[in-house]
Amino acid sequence: MKRTIASALAALAMSLSAPVLAQTPPNVLVVGQIAEPKSLDPDAVTAVNDFRIVFNMYDGLVRYKDGTLEVEPSLAESWDISDDGTTYTFHLREGVTFHDGSPFNADAVKFNIDRMIDEDHPSHDTGPFPLAFYFSAVEEVKVVDDHTVEFQLKEPFAPFLSNLAYTPGLMVSPAAVKEHGKDFGRNPSGTGAYKFVEWQDNSRVVVERNPDYWDGAPPLEAVIYRPINDANTRIAEMLSGGLDVMVEVPPDSVAQFRDDPGFTVHEQAGPHLWFLILNLKEGPFADQKVRQAANYAIDKTALVENILQGTAEVAAGPTPPAFAWAYNETLEPYPYDPDKAKQLLEEAGYDSEELTFYVTEGGSGMLDPIAMGTAIQADLKAVGMTVNIETYEWNTFLGKVNPGLEGKADMAEMAWMTNSPDTLPFLALRTEAWPEKGGFNSGYYSNEKVDELLSDARTSTDQDERAKLYKEMQEIVYEDAPWVFVANWKQNAVTRASVEDFKLQPSFFLMLQDVAKP
Amino acid sequence: MGLYIAKRLLAAIPVLLGLSVIVFLIMAMIPGDPATAILGSYATPENVARINEALGLDKPLPQQYLIWLGNLLQGDFGRSYALNKPVLDEVLGRFSATLILAGTSLLLCAVFGLLAGVVTAVRQFGWTDRIVTFFVLIGISTPSFFLGLLLILFFAVKMRLFPASGMFAIYGGGDLPDLIHHLVLPAVTLAVVATGVIARLTRTAMLEVLRQDYIRTARAKGLSERRVIYHHAFKAALVSVIPVIGIQAGFVLGGAVYIETVFQWPGIGAMLVNAISTRDILLVQGGVLVVAASYVLFNLAADVVQSLLDPRLRR
Repeated sequence: MKRTIASALAALAMSLSAPVLAQTPPNVLVVGQIAEPKSLDPDAVTAVNDFRIVFNMYDGLVRYKDGTLEVEPSLAESWDISDDGTTYTFHLREGVTFHDGSPFNADAVKFNIDRMIDEDHPSHDTGPFPLAFYFSAVEEVKVVDDHTVEFQLKEPFAPFLSNLAYTPGLMVSPAAVKEHGKDFGRNPSGTGAYKFVEWQDNSRVVVERNPDYWDGAPPLEAVIYRPINDANTRIAEMLSGGLDVMVEVPPDSVAQFRDDPGFTVHEQAGPHLWFLILNLKEGPFADQKVRQAANYAIDKTALVENILQGTAEVAAGPTPPAFAWAYNETLEPYPYDPDKAKQLLEEAGYDSEELTFYVTEGGSGMLDPIAMGTAIQADLKAVGMTVNIETYEWNTFLGKVNPGLEGKADMAEMAWMTNSPDTLPFLALRTEAWPEKGGFNSGYYSNEKVDELLSDARTSTDQDERAKLYKEMQEIVYEDAPWVFVANWKQNAVTRASVEDFKLQPSFFLMLQDVAKP
Repeated sequence: MGLYIAKRLLAAIPVLLGLSVIVFLIMAMIPGDPATAILGSYATPENVARINEALGLDKPLPQQYLIWLGNLLQGDFGRSYALNKPVLDEVLGRFSATLILAGTSLLLCAVFGLLAGVVTAVRQFGWTDRIVTFFVLIGISTPSFFLGLLLILFFAVKMRLFPASGMFAIYGGGDLPDLIHHLVLPAVTLAVVATGVIARLTRTAMLEVLRQDYIRTARAKGLSERRVIYHHAFKAALVSVIPVIGIQAGFVLGGAVYIETVFQWPGIGAMLVNAISTRDILLVQGGVLVVAASYVLFNLAADVVQSLLDPRLRR
């Protein structure tokens, strides 16, 4: 008996000393993701988590230029826009094939757009297309010849090119969609720098180098995406050598990686806004002074410095500074001024009615929503506003907030990440975007001038003109304060020091085409 | 014996059926729906309604349940919309990973729990008893998820002896040593509490048995102490400990839910957590039913083993 135990222990000790330690192989990049992707069909996904994979497997007609949110050619080598701004003619790159071997051409482009926007298209049922509204201005896609395709718009639509660079604009292989149908999301095929290899549930998504990539084969042999939902486990994997890249590092841990020469911390401000939706239809926030008071009462600097530990900046208005050309530099964030807030509340005749505040447990772009919600509650309490927090899990939360706050709550947390200065205000600030009209204006803000400015900015094709309109819109919204503008997130990532040419993009996409790991 | 097992298995059917109704109702009652989970932030009421219709969730509840039950009886557990694959494939695949983890833990806690229990009983109030009892108490009172994090921090991050997460190496590996290497930390974490419980119970049972007259008789007959303890006393004590091990099997399975999340073990626990948050109703129902069926089987197995050890129970 004793001998058996001794030999078993010896065998155990030997197996432990075997060099099977976590060490990622050279030329293969292991990326720690925050969750399992929902799908690898770029038209069916809405989360940044999934974008980090699909942008390495697919290309759009256009893409964002490295380090900016400006559009440059990709699968289209050039394009012409008609004078009235309603016809876009794209000249496609020749000799490009999808990973499944089928050719990329004008027919493929037409198939891609029609699949999303035409409910009678034979492949429309291959997925829900939550972002199909990005192309709602498209009247028709015409194939001119094999390498020329024409988009006929219903009206001039300025964000069109930018939308083509976003996920719904990524080109999928029509042959693969026809072959796999609803399973296309698990059998993806694009034209990108990396080809799909396998997707093992809860374990990994593997993509390998596309040697025939039109923009030059990437240096990495393969990229492995590992879903690790638990942040602590993700950090442990990074520290123990199981990951080369970790995204969305919790604020508490950034300093730890920063102090260790074995790692590099990357940060990049992006088009993100964290805000509070206020209910303008009923209750105290129907009064502009009370809304402004809330903006003065909340110490946003303390929020970004203490709770978010510098991983975000205080927001000044509805447009994030990442949209440099459209951002109104003259707007200063509402300062922290509890006395001013009290004075405004008194002027408004607010008599400490209790407020209901929807807080989420977590969710895409929500940062640290419970801690932030609690701090906001305390700040409002300090100026005499009693706030009752109701906390919901993310899906439940969206199900309550998106249909509108009327009759339920006075305020709700929310965060948006968008690709153009147009998207968020257009979907969430216009009168036409009230929930019953199918938009996300859950607080029922309505200002005729804002509606007009947004509509003009959307149809104008002159960027200077658009910038002027957006800047004016920001001033009005700032004054009206339909939201409490809280923070613009700086996304972050940690890489092992041996990872070369890694960069975060202002688009929040993870572009790995040039990354190397010798 | 065969009849007994058959009866017990038949009795499980109404239990499982009732359970399916409860799970179905709970999933229907919790707020939030699959459509919102699919659409994310862009869930307009209009799109939500369209997807619910496509998934058949706009039908009345009883109808949804009957459709599901009808398919179930034909062996069709439905299709997970989030994973886009048949529920049964996913559940069985995940469940085998859980069984590997839970089975190993159960083996660990049975072996070490019984051993610790016997040793502490035989050396009652001695130093061995005190030291082992001390660790047993710590084991029982440490929350598993916390212990898991501590073990990760020490053995994965600091010592780099074991991987921090996963079931197989992400690159290469995939063989038995690789599996064992990944199994050690989660299995130990999962086993600790149950080991403590079994140790405590074995100690009590052993002390009880050791005071019996027939043990005194055995000793008086001049049997060796080892034979008295392991052959006579231990076997008798085992009869009362076995059902507890059966119950612990249930706890170990339940505990696997947390541990699988902490260690990213691709088992059914981690699957259920994900499925609930994405409102993947069919997957939740399929997963819960399989877990419940396994509880029934475990308890049955424990009863059978017990009756084999103690012929009186067979009547």
